[in-house]
Amino acid sequence: MDQTPIIELDRLRVEFGKRAILNDLTGGMKGRCVGLLGPNGAGKTTLIHTLLGFHPPTSGTARIFGRDIRKEARDIRTLIGYMPERDAFIANQTCVHFVRLMGELSGLPSDAALERAHEALFYVGLGEARYRKLGTYSLGMKQLAKLAQAIVHGPRLIFLDEPTNGLDPPARKRMLELIREIRDSGRAHIVLSSHLLRDVEECCDEILILKGGNIAANCNLEEERRANRQFIEMETRNATPAFVQSIGSLGCEFAVSGNERFKLVMQEGMELRDLYKLAAANDVQIRRLNFKRDSLEDIFLKAME
Amino acid sequence: MAVYEHNYKPYEGALTPSWTRFLVLPRYAYQDLFKYKIFLSLFVLCYVCPLIYTIIIYLHHNTAALQIFGIASGDIIPINGMFFSVFMGVQTSLAFLFTVIIGPVLISRDLANNALPLYLCRPFSRFEYIIGKMSVLLILLSLITWVPGLFLFLMQSYLEGGGWLSGNLWLAWAIFSVSMAWIAMLALLSMAFSAWIKWRTAASAALFAIFIIPTPIGFAIQGIFNTKKGHLLNIGMALNMISWHGFRVNVEDMLFSAGEAWGVWLVYAALCLFMLWRKVRAYEVIS
Repeated sequence: MDQTPIIELDRLRVEFGKRAILNDLTGGMKGRCVGLLGPNGAGKTTLIHTLLGFHPPTSGTARIFGRDIRKEARDIRTLIGYMPERDAFIANQTCVHFVRLMGELSGLPSDAALERAHEALFYVGLGEARYRKLGTYSLGMKQLAKLAQAIVHGPRLIFLDEPTNGLDPPARKRMLELIREIRDSGRAHIVLSSHLLRDVEECCDEILILKGGNIAANCNLEEERRANRQFIEMETRNATPAFVQSIGSLGCEFAVSGNERFKLVMQEGMELRDLYKLAAANDVQIRRLNFKRDSLEDIFLKAME
Repeated sequence: MAVYEHNYKPYEGALTPSWTRFLVLPRYAYQDLFKYKIFLSLFVLCYVCPLIYTIIIYLHHNTAALQIFGIASGDIIPINGMFFSVFMGVQTSLAFLFTVIIGPVLISRDLANNALPLYLCRPFSRFEYIIGKMSVLLILLSLITWVPGLFLFLMQSYLEGGGWLSGNLWLAWAIFSVSMAWIAMLALLSMAFSAWIKWRTAASAALFAIFIIPTPIGFAIQGIFNTKKGHLLNIGMALNMISWHGFRVNVEDMLFSAGEAWGVWLVYAALCLFMLWRKVRAYEVIS
């Protein structure tokens, strides 16, 4: 993965009135698809809005592709696409008309905007409905139309604010597929703000967790998962105190619950074979043994502590 | 990202110059407006008065035609400041009608549909948004006010000849400046109301009210305090004063000077811009 941060936060502080919404955030996001997580009111949407230039930072700054959001907001906006959380469209227009208008406002010449509006609408799956007025669209179709307007000008960074909000399971699946496709194309980075951990887990390779306007966690999901490969859950039958003691003698950290269930952190040089040997020596059955991967939920809950 | 390819592709072509992008808004607005036959008919109707004035100017310089109609050359309206002032009065009234139709929904629809973040997340500023929306009215109202006005002026200059143009250049300036004062104020007022009043009928009513209500208030102040300064609240009166002063029309009872009239105009314009600036933003923050 490219280690150059797409977004750098440099003591970014945003206050509304006297209330601090973002508290001196510092960090970088490098992932192809970054999940922005946090409970309601954590500052996810404010962070996106600040990066888009909707709210001026009270102090500090941020850089997107190395450009300062305070000084080069216009340049930045040529490189980004934004799909807002709430219903947002222009009244009394057909979808293709709407997406074309958005393309033209992003700087595309009229013909190119029309061509790309058709392409974007086919891409998101609204090809057949593109001449219908937006007011007649279902919620799922409106979400897809919002995605189409966010990608019509081919941005390098796309902000998606709660893209699966209000979608039924098939529409949600389709939306997540599209996000993964864009991610895997390698041609755009995505910042996905969501409170649905599963959505983030399915799409993102990096997460930034906000809590009360502070960064509670910022980690690479893949690295985090790799680090947890050595964490083992084991279920046994007829475990004896001697067996428990002998596990300790292997030098690994472990915890026992209900005498039969073990959680172990494998040490360097230790192999699974050693566990089986011990079990055989103590006449203990190993009924289940698996590597436990820290789920995003675990990471999230840890960050919220 | 061709239709059949179904993959994501960045745009690599040339971009339009950023200063031209505000013109995208009037272009799309006209596409919508001129779809309606009634709007198109109304627009065509706005050229009836210029047509009549063209005929009058033509008759002025065609004695043979005057004889055919049996009109004495002394009976025909003289072509002077008053002539153009009346013409502008008719055309600005039509401009007001167009403003009432188009203006109240210019911004309110975008606000109601949360469209502002979609505009402002692009390389398109709040200032460009306001200028773009204002251009919808400015361009359209120009086509029915100073553009035909200057056409009549040039036609008169051509037919009259003999230095009429150089002697009456102030008339051309008056046609342009009076029209711009009217149409810019109409655009600003309607946009400000559109930004603050979501209901179209109420915004239209407010537009009428701003021209009607200050008149009796002004006369009440005049009656009670014996001063004409009460009319300084009246933007309609100020625009009339700008027009009369511009066309050098001799009216016995000028309520205030050209400077005062322009002062009122500037105060109203500043107020409208302030209202727009407060409301035209991607998201409203409640501190």
